[in-house]
Amino acid sequence: MPEVRVVNLTKKFGKIPAIDNVTLTIHDKEYFSLLGPSGCGKTTLLRLIAGLIQPDSGEIYIGDKLVNDVPPEDRDIGFVFQTFALFPHMTAWNNVTYGPKVKGYDMAEATTIGHEVLEMVKLHERLDAYPNELSGGMMQRVAVARALAAGAQLLLMDEALGQLDAKVRTEIRYEIRRMAKDLKLTGIHVTHDQSEAMAISDRIAVMRKGKILQVGTPQELYMEPESIFVAHFIGESNFLEGYVASKTCEGNIIIELREGTKMEAINRGFVEGNQVVLSMRPETLIVEPGLQEGQNVLSGTVERITFEGSSVRYEIRLPNDEIVIAVKPTLSSALFKIGEKVKVFMPVEYTHVFPYPDTGLKEEISVA
Amino acid sequence: MTERITKTLDKLSSRKAIKYGVYAAAIIIFFALILVPPIAGIFIKWNDIQFIFAQPPLVNRALSAIGNSFTVALIVAALDLLAGVPMAWLIARGKSRWLSALDTLADIPFIIPTTALGFSLLLFWSRPDGISSLFGTSLISPGWLLVMLLHFTFSFPVVVRVMVGALLDYKMEYERASRTLGAAPFTAVRTVTFPVLRPAMISAYIFAFARSISETGATIIVAGVFGQGGFENGAVFIQDMKNTYAVTDPALYNGAIVFASFVLIAVSIGIFIAIRLLGPKLKLPLKRVRPFAERKLSYKKAANSRNTVILVVFFALILLPSLFVALTAFQVIPTPTFTDAITGKGIWGTFWQSLLLSYGLGAIVTVINIIIGLPTAIIIARKKAGKFMSSIFDLLVNVPLVVPSIALGVSLGIFWKSAFTFPDFVLLVLAHLAITYPYFVRSMSSALERISPDIEEAARTLGAKPLGVFRTIVFPLTKYSMLSGAIMVFTRSVSETGATLAVTANLQTAPVLLVNWIKIPGLATSQDIALASGFLVLFSFIILLVLRLVVGREEKY
Repeated sequence: MPEVRVVNLTKKFGKIPAIDNVTLTIHDKEYFSLLGPSGCGKTTLLRLIAGLIQPDSGEIYIGDKLVNDVPPEDRDIGFVFQTFALFPHMTAWNNVTYGPKVKGYDMAEATTIGHEVLEMVKLHERLDAYPNELSGGMMQRVAVARALAAGAQLLLMDEALGQLDAKVRTEIRYEIRRMAKDLKLTGIHVTHDQSEAMAISDRIAVMRKGKILQVGTPQELYMEPESIFVAHFIGESNFLEGYVASKTCEGNIIIELREGTKMEAINRGFVEGNQVVLSMRPETLIVEPGLQEGQNVLSGTVERITFEGSSVRYEIRLPNDEIVIAVKPTLSSALFKIGEKVKVFMPVEYTHVFPYPDTGLKEEISVA
Repeated sequence: MTERITKTLDKLSSRKAIKYGVYAAAIIIFFALILVPPIAGIFIKWNDIQFIFAQPPLVNRALSAIGNSFTVALIVAALDLLAGVPMAWLIARGKSRWLSALDTLADIPFIIPTTALGFSLLLFWSRPDGISSLFGTSLISPGWLLVMLLHFTFSFPVVVRVMVGALLDYKMEYERASRTLGAAPFTAVRTVTFPVLRPAMISAYIFAFARSISETGATIIVAGVFGQGGFENGAVFIQDMKNTYAVTDPALYNGAIVFASFVLIAVSIGIFIAIRLLGPKLKLPLKRVRPFAERKLSYKKAANSRNTVILVVFFALILLPSLFVALTAFQVIPTPTFTDAITGKGIWGTFWQSLLLSYGLGAIVTVINIIIGLPTAIIIARKKAGKFMSSIFDLLVNVPLVVPSIALGVSLGIFWKSAFTFPDFVLLVLAHLAITYPYFVRSMSSALERISPDIEEAARTLGAKPLGVFRTIVFPLTKYSMLSGAIMVFTRSVSETGATLAVTANLQTAPVLLVNWIKIPGLATSQDIALASGFLVLFSFIILLVLRLVVGREEKY
């Protein structure tokens, strides 16, 4: 039932727009993430949807209803706060049954609902404990249970996993997705952690400086980033600056990098002379000492090695003094050593070319 | 040179013996000067109680007077909470820029010495000059109602101050969470905000209660004459015993004041403990929420009418009567009384002397308080005496706050006079020290609690000695709390009448002088009194201004 739609939404704090003319549709029963670095406006957007703050202009629809003037208590939402905001003077049980009680349900009804949601979050013990006596994971479960018990169809979560330990966090994030799916809820999840967003979302909106840069499934964002920022923020990318030198007969372009190094890449409407940024994912690079010379094969020297468990990360210096990062599965081949001469092949089909940003590459990928 | 001294002191401070010596000294001074004398004194003259028991009517009169003290304090503190919470709400949550002015105005009755306040209320409500002129008759005669109004007025700022602080510290996230769960604004406040703020409300109640139970000078002014329709509470009774029997029947006088002081102190501490223990257990159950009715109460209209009511109450019942004396004082300026006052002619010579005594005494008491209060605050905030002992200590520090000051003065006077022959001024210093002690220690210890021990430990790991940590880290972070604590001590000392009356008959501080001018017929004209009160109000305003400038800057951290 609840599709969430915001249209031309703007919210300023002082003169700075926290949300800058945003239009977005979140489908019914979708698990959706708002992803971006801190200060990008994702929490502000969530709070606007919840009605905790009022927009300066634009419209917010929940279902088909314009809710701009509807107070938060009447929006039928469940909100899980970053700090959990469990009422410190109530036990876990009273926190959970608070929603039904303030909506005027009778005790028996509130009790039934309470048991149902606690079953769902798998919390059975320590219901008489006060919030300050609970562990982070338990507080999290109580906070989610409390939001669900209010009978919401729309679950809003503001960095709700940020306070948890890494292990608990990965465990709980799948549970929350499963619950939202079981209950057929629409979920909006705010996070700055791209791996969390990738793992649990149906779709993700990447935000930056109050604007939405791209909306898509995790795969779309990863495989087809529409901007340098998205390529940088989702996963990891190598960026090399250059200009379009010529076109090949297959329709690809030849990019001349620093010091005249030439690389072939897929064209996206560029013409000769355009200043561009070439990007490649580290795991798409093929690194072997004995590769044949040829197009997109460069020689380089291993400068730094980082062992990351399942994979190994190499920083390789190219002849033109630029550094590219390559990631190889640990068990797939022999490990290289620092100082070792290698050949790096960058397959054309995995290249992305973006126009060179007006503000410079450094500013474009800064997350501050 | 100074550098060498600080270096030596820093070095000394890291010696265990010196560190613990300072803490031990603070604890010994607390017990020897602050806690024991105000309570032990009455036991020295315990046997004199028989003299009052020989006169049952006097015992009954004493008991009913003491009963009045507590009735007034308990009711007034409740009324203050009722009016003070919405006022604090308006100040803390409102959006108008005028609210910071309102915030300052709310402090006025706290800062004006209560005797001047009492006279102002007397003028406003009872004398023909004030509101009564509209009715042709005295609207409220001196008596219980005027006493209630007076106590309501001077306790009100305490409640507002405590509640504004609590509301600003309160995490709005709780209330927002409640709203997202379906609670209307009124329901959210009722079920979440108020319960979370309950500890603050309890301490606001205790403060208002303590202030009411201790007040003496102004109460004497507005209570009227006992037996002629006047009102008598414990403090007024003790003062009346002094006037009636101190010379004619010293044994009966001693018996009466020891008896009254004992009952006052015992009951007061009992009530204090009861509120501390039972207050947090007092639970307003969530019970059933009536969404429809509570929603109605949440409307803007309801909030606006609540704000209107509280503003009317504040301006008409509290602020206007408090400042009425200033208006009268202005009218005196063109008259010869003003020239007399400025030149110190006649009775004005004694007025300026007493003012000098008041401010001098206040300054000395403040300085001593800082010296002995600082280590105590550290002991409490950093639990230097162990967790259990430190929290006991924390509780004991509050005792002088809830002991009625005239009873404290009586007991302390007996205690010191029984062993030493101090000059009256020393007795005054000791009495004021005992009364004001909690103010500095409390404001300092809560400021210290706000500083994370991590910061101090970081300084130590970087090589600072304990005293160096205090000088470079703790002091800069707490200096504004220190200053506002010191100003509170100073104002409280300048306002104090009860203990002053009890320990000395020879020295007159400004508020005591004012009480005498009002109560002893023919001593001063009503113009003199108004002008004297006006001066006190003026000086208080200057102090308030300084306080605002100082505390206003604190928000930097």
